[in-house]
Amino acid sequence: MVDIKELERKAVEVRIRTVEIVRNASGGHIGGSLSAVDILVALHFAIMNISPENPEMEGRDRFIMSKGHSVESYYSTLEKSGFISPGLLDTYGNYKSLLAGHPTRKVPGIEFNSGALGHGLSVGVGLALSGKRSAEGYRTYVLMGDGEQGEGSIMEAAAAAGHYKLNNLAAIVDRNQLQISGRTEEVCAIDDLEGKYRACGWDVIHCDGHDMAGLLKSFRYAEAQTEKPTLVIARTVKGKGVSFMEDRANWHHKVPTTEQVKEAMDELNKRMEEIGNG
Amino acid sequence: MGEKIIPCRKAFTETLLREAQRNPDIFVVTSDARGSVTLEDFANTLPNQFVEVGIAEQNAVGVGAGLALAGKNVFVCGPACFYSARSLEQVKVDVAYSKTSVKIVGVSGGVSYGALGDTHHSLHDIAVMRTFPGMNVYLPADRFQTERLVEYLVLSDKPAYVRMGRNTVPDVYTANDQFTFGKGNVLTEGQDVAIIASGETVYHALQAEKELQAKGIKAMVIDMHTLKPLDEKLIISAAKKTGHVLTVEEHSIFGGLGGAVAEVIAQNYPVKMKILGIPDENVINAKPLEIFEYYGLTGSGICRSVLELVKRL
Repeated sequence: MVDIKELERKAVEVRIRTVEIVRNASGGHIGGSLSAVDILVALHFAIMNISPENPEMEGRDRFIMSKGHSVESYYSTLEKSGFISPGLLDTYGNYKSLLAGHPTRKVPGIEFNSGALGHGLSVGVGLALSGKRSAEGYRTYVLMGDGEQGEGSIMEAAAAAGHYKLNNLAAIVDRNQLQISGRTEEVCAIDDLEGKYRACGWDVIHCDGHDMAGLLKSFRYAEAQTEKPTLVIARTVKGKGVSFMEDRANWHHKVPTTEQVKEAMDELNKRMEEIGNG
Repeated sequence: MGEKIIPCRKAFTETLLREAQRNPDIFVVTSDARGSVTLEDFANTLPNQFVEVGIAEQNAVGVGAGLALAGKNVFVCGPACFYSARSLEQVKVDVAYSKTSVKIVGVSGGVSYGALGDTHHSLHDIAVMRTFPGMNVYLPADRFQTERLVEYLVLSDKPAYVRMGRNTVPDVYTANDQFTFGKGNVLTEGQDVAIIASGETVYHALQAEKELQAKGIKAMVIDMHTLKPLDEKLIISAAKKTGHVLTVEEHSIFGGLGGAVAEVIAQNYPVKMKILGIPDENVINAKPLEIFEYYGLTGSGICRSVLELVKRL
């Protein structure tokens, strides 16, 4: 039985680390990192069959961080789940750190180098197709941004996933409605996302991307597919958890000041207490 | 009756099919190019190891990388013009940077498509591919070298780009010849000039060597089938021995074989050099061999360039 409160606490811990390392490195993509936290935590702590002791475990589920710029919350999730050490995470932003500003395979737990948008779903299709052809039971998860949906290559991958009936593949769109220049529907509309993926042969479901129980339910729904890949459109808030960053395009990659970090920590610690008391 | 000469792409697919029948991890990905790559037999014989993604080169490379991450030995095959341009970012990130075991096999490379025009020429591919860290680059000269190259590549887990032509090329080698990939192959010894060629121009370089012999010029012809890693030692020794280096390539004069050789020569042992290839212009509409002739890439043209280089005109 998954402890939802424990997952919620993990998510707060990841948010705290995310803010810390962005501040330490004086750089990073904090807004999209924070919107993706609950999705990352649900997958790494409750859904995926993975092993921090053996990151390359045979038959493990695969995760591709297609929105590679949200690396700070990804690294923090890998730290909290035991793939990387706190000491390593503290080197983020340092000269010659192992940790680049976008994910790389050099880091335990990371399957693929990302950072150029629109690549991850194709790679996920390859992983899922390999699993099917070799009758291996692992599942593949690909996390994409909503602004990223502007990349045409994603539709090539979506078509192939539908064509090959990749029921072992689930993609998640972190639908925070913002990209660097503003609201996705104002910059250059990406909706109807559901219609696009359905036309490619996918099943599409929606959930609150900050509701752990809803996320778990969505991933279990995807696991039960027999013929179709699943798209989970997760409604999220960019900058989630730090109210002065929430739903603001200019927090895409801004670095908080010392005062702002304190304010953020106060809010996140308060949130932790609320969960504890609930 | 001698056996019928087949194009390199056919030699490639026949050898790959043979290897893949023994190794279920060898996978082919293509983008509606099974005809142009000559993959029909592979697709029909080993459907479980064949992936068709339709006309979607970016996806083909990404899917190939995903298959490789899952342990497959992947050959992504299609026209060189598209894989070296349309899907270049996927090659850069998903293959080279991610160090996936993916070989990008660009067929109908260079000016193979003749009068189809510049959309279908790939005269920039070597220049871009060789700048990606970890990416090896090969241009086989004929069907026999193509066979040996495939046998070599199925044992390698390194990212690679292979370019071969569409049409039949005369044999340079025999079925018994062996190659060390990563080392250039000296075809003729000579002390007056070194002619360094790769891919289909190797045959023409050998034709030029015969013409030059008749004029009393002894040429050292080198088949530089591996553009990366480049055999710098051989280039330097050829420059020392001959004092004149001519490169011949079915590629832009910018950044290809000539550029690569010039980088070595300029920094190690400067000698007189000429880069023969396709100049900075849109290619004339003609058959491939006519294009070679127009730009001086056949025997007589190469001979002319050598004479200019060694100042015997």
